Amino acid sequence: MFEDLLAGATLLARWDVLVALLVGSIGGVIIGAVPGVGAAVAIAILLPATFSLEPIVGLTMLLGIYGSSMYGGAIPAVLINTLGTAVNALTSYDGYPMTQRGEATRAVSLAYSASFWGGTFGILCLILLSPVLALIAPMFGSREIFLAALLGIILVILAHRGQIFAAGMLAMFGIFLQTVGLDPVTYTQRYTFGYSFLTSGIDLIVVVLGLFALSQSFFLLTEANSTPEAKPISGSLTTGFKEVLKNKRVATVASGFGVILGMIPGTGEFTAQFMSYTYAQKTSKTPEEFGKGSVEGLIASEAANNAVPPAAMIPLLALGIPGEALTAMMLSVFYVHNVIPGPQLFQNNIDLVYALYLALIILNVIVVAFLLVSTNLMTKVIQIPTRFLGVMILILALVGVYSLRNSLTDCMIAAGFGVLGLILKRLNLPIVPIILGMVLGGIMEVKLRSSMPRLKTLMDMIDRPIAFILFIMIVLVVLLHLRTLFKEYQSNKPSKDHDLHDTEQG
Amino acid sequence: MLRVRTLQSLFKRYRRPGDIVFAWVFLALSLFLLLQLFQQTEIKPGAKFAAQPRFWPAVSLIGMAGFAMFHLLGSAWSERIAGRWIEVLLWVRSIEYAIWFIAYAAIVPYLGYLPTTLIVAVLLTIRVGFRSRFIFAVAAVCAFLIVFLFKTLLQVKLPAGQVYDFLPDGLRYIMLNYF
Repeated sequence: MFEDLLAGATLLARWDVLVALLVGSIGGVIIGAVPGVGAAVAIAILLPATFSLEPIVGLTMLLGIYGSSMYGGAIPAVLINTLGTAVNALTSYDGYPMTQRGEATRAVSLAYSASFWGGTFGILCLILLSPVLALIAPMFGSREIFLAALLGIILVILAHRGQIFAAGMLAMFGIFLQTVGLDPVTYTQRYTFGYSFLTSGIDLIVVVLGLFALSQSFFLLTEANSTPEAKPISGSLTTGFKEVLKNKRVATVASGFGVILGMIPGTGEFTAQFMSYTYAQKTSKTPEEFGKGSVEGLIASEAANNAVPPAAMIPLLALGIPGEALTAMMLSVFYVHNVIPGPQLFQNNIDLVYALYLALIILNVIVVAFLLVSTNLMTKVIQIPTRFLGVMILILALVGVYSLRNSLTDCMIAAGFGVLGLILKRLNLPIVPIILGMVLGGIMEVKLRSSMPRLKTLMDMIDRPIAFILFIMIVLVVLLHLRTLFKEYQSNKPSKDHDLHDTEQG
Repeated sequence: MLRVRTLQSLFKRYRRPGDIVFAWVFLALSLFLLLQLFQQTEIKPGAKFAAQPRFWPAVSLIGMAGFAMFHLLGSAWSERIAGRWIEVLLWVRSIEYAIWFIAYAAIVPYLGYLPTTLIVAVLLTIRVGFRSRFIFAVAAVCAFLIVFLFKTLLQVKLPAGQVYDFLPDGLRYIMLNYF
């Protein structure tokens, strides 16, 4: 393992890689801090711009954005009760009350420290788990990957409680979208309606740019303009580290939740945050403080959400299966740069895997160092008028869409998906199932097809140990969901209305 | 008091005005696509059922239509929320910005990336209601920086403007390659 780690470090020891990591991580913090942008929009826009870069350079830059946006997201959550990234939702519950009682510096410092704890814990777990993954990953053949992707789709649909039909409909739409075009095996046209531009299919990046970047631009442009106000903070930001150390039990358990839930597709930061928060409250000596500015609450939510990105890389790197929108985008980032995540990656390119882990560690250090000196600058970034931001996102989105293949048709398709994304956001409906439907649908089609020659009966699909375990998991997930529905029906407790559409922003 | 009570309540999403309109449109789209299944996909003799090119479009569209049907039923049975058509109007209004985007992309090959971006940034800033010269200047500077970052530094592939052909030799070369 140490040899592989060293080989990974050698891959990173280049000035262009380090610059990319620096730009990515600082850019990610800034992007995360601006309410209404988010890492998904940034990765979608920047992805085509990294085509010309070397794989490791492009990957580390986008990885930087992916891993650091949540740090930035904590700033508006704590200071102005507005979410930079939606996964900071619970951060605002305790962070903002602290700001209101004049403890903004302490709250921000705690958020950074807990984030650092969570992020580092997640990466260490990833490093320690790697040898196990390298052992298990080759046991995943076509049918296992098919079943894992199927499990991912089911979890993504079921995670949208109260909107399962909408999530199912949109996930199926995503699966359908990836079938459009020329079938690569039989060379027959599918849903091209005779149009040549549809023959090559609908590009995932065009859809992502439309649904995430353009829709956000249209959303901001059609909403009333607002300029969030964040007051600058003063005092040392390093005190939070001591407080996190005092609460290391909460921070570690929360990070553990982040790691476990991060590995399961379709659950991610939000569930991890919620579970950690509940755990922290139940075990706290002052549970009544939660929601009113509790230190433990803030630590639990921030440590949990920052432990998720490294953990979400596990199914992505080992099996090529993304669990949420950002990892789905990261998957296309890998493909674009000719790195194919999956069992072979662990066997043949373990140095690259370790290089990515190390990059994640470095980015956590860069981000904390950057934030310790520039938080007040970030409070200025938050104050960009929302409509102006909409104009800039629209301009940036063109770079992403048009640079793919200089196609006006792509721009039209992206604009169409932009309007669809706006409607979904306005309706409080999820966007992520479409993207995951496209990605996981493609994986399911390819893997089911390639496993066909070995299958004589349907039971052959689950006659291997891992395939059988996955099958049992699918059955259990569905049964547990039905049980929850039944319990909910029995208790019949109405809950308060709230918006959650922002959770799709990453 | 804990403001988030249960995992269920945390994940629940609630309907917004216009939901039923979207549900109808999506169901209609699903059924239209499903009806096209036999015209738009083929069956290859000899291939297994699940390996047929028609298999996944069929699975996805049947699933899509089924879920869309239940979503519509859920919408129809829910209490009506006021403001349905105002919401739909807002969706239609957003098409204006989609047209801005397409027009921006259509003009780039003629006017060039830098001039088009500068013009679009300033005009769109005016369109969305800003009237301060400072904001226009900031929009122009941001537009220039975006062009400089992506086209000049990162050399992202964007078409050069035909209008650049009318520029003097040295300047034409710079504009064609870097802006």
